[in-house]
Amino acid sequence: MNVGVIIGIIISSVLIENYVFSRFLGICPFLGLSEKPSTAFGMGCAVTFVMTLSTAITWLIYTHVLVPFELEYLKTIAFILVIASLVQLIEMFLKKSVPSLYSALGIYLPLITTNCAILGSALLCVQNGYNLIESVIFSFGSAVGWTLAIVIFAGVRARIVFAETPKCFKGTPIALVTASLIALAFSGFSGVELPL
Amino acid sequence: MYTNILFAFLCFLVLSGVLGLILAIASKVFAVETDERVEQITECLPGANCGGCGYTGCAALAQAIVKGEAPVNACTSVSKEVCDKIAEIAGVAPAESHVRYRAQVMCSGTHELAKKKYVYEGIHDCVSANKLAGGDKLCPNGCIGLGTCAAACKFDAIHIINGVAAVDYNKCVACGMCVAACPKSIIKLIPYDSKHWVGCMSADKGAITKNYCDVGCIGCKICEKACPNGAIKVDGNVASINYDLCDGCGLCESKCPRKIIWSARSQSEEGVIRLKQDLSTPEANKENTNE
Repeated sequence: MNVGVIIGIIISSVLIENYVFSRFLGICPFLGLSEKPSTAFGMGCAVTFVMTLSTAITWLIYTHVLVPFELEYLKTIAFILVIASLVQLIEMFLKKSVPSLYSALGIYLPLITTNCAILGSALLCVQNGYNLIESVIFSFGSAVGWTLAIVIFAGVRARIVFAETPKCFKGTPIALVTASLIALAFSGFSGVELPL
Repeated sequence: MYTNILFAFLCFLVLSGVLGLILAIASKVFAVETDERVEQITECLPGANCGGCGYTGCAALAQAIVKGEAPVNACTSVSKEVCDKIAEIAGVAPAESHVRYRAQVMCSGTHELAKKKYVYEGIHDCVSANKLAGGDKLCPNGCIGLGTCAAACKFDAIHIINGVAAVDYNKCVACGMCVAACPKSIIKLIPYDSKHWVGCMSADKGAITKNYCDVGCIGCKICEKACPNGAIKVDGNVASINYDLCDGCGLCESKCPRKIIWSARSQSEEGVIRLKQDLSTPEANKENTNE
């Protein structure tokens, strides 16, 4: 396994092709759970955990079930099915075996079930033609990038609360303006060329 | 073509069947035994997860009640009947006393009545205003009126009206969040059905208080002398009511020369306390127009 490729995948998934700021995936929890840095980090951890695991499972399903039966065109439905069941399974497992982690992740875990970032990660891995290890690294990197984005955003939002914003901009509008400005900053990474 | 559809259909039938089976087995294997009393008690509680009881939420309190760690009357917002019902579910003796409380802002100094030492133009938050020479009002114990308590309230029960926070009794459950949030510590929890309260916490001498607020307690002790039950005492230049002794006769309210002993009568129809506009003395109005 080429170390350069792995580093390239990590840098590109965390910064250059950040899910929130350049692919616009997972915007719903990004806006909904970024009021406090602590909740943002909790959600980020849950996303990292589920995204890495679900991408590995969906890659296996794709390669060993869908490809042999020539059902690649149904991958979106299959992935939704698998991710939804996987999150349910993880939830049950954590509730029984690791109650402390379960209560820490709390409501974030079921929220992830229908998160487009998770599905996007699974589909992108297949689209990019990654193997299993590359897929896991890619999805982990993407999730770390997502966590980075939401934590930065939550930090900025904590300051915005005290700013005198015009009444019509209070709440979500100013949050969207802020997100777009951060996205602009992140677009600077798109010029980085990686020797892949 | 139809065979393709049939094949895809069958494949997904098998796939979803297998996943369903795994989940069904997992739900048996990973089943967590829950005490159904916890669920029943959680249903009795308000479900606002305000944290006023000291637990992280209503479910956590229900668990603590079942375990016997928390008293059955730990939630301040439920009525006596619900409290007895919780005791019945938990299988313990009902609580002897259940006093419902409400928050009360002990300040009446609206924009017109309390004088200011400077114009505050900063972060819209009482805590930060308080750091700047103790807020813009001259009174060291006056409501800053920037709504830190209103932001802390999860029940939308506290609002800033004319520069002073006012509690909506119909919504207040006495969780104590505003009491903790107020940097001036001028919000108190008093029994829900108490009829009177002193709308001032100024600890300064009467002559000083008179200078900076038209509705400040000057510690004249007229209320103390008027009270037949000895329920109202002037301590540290400000009157305060002992609710164990107060029977709500209202003599203190009528005798108070500064008109700062309030009664539930000054509550408006919406349930929000109206800070009596008619209280502003003619002199105060004159000063305002001069400004």
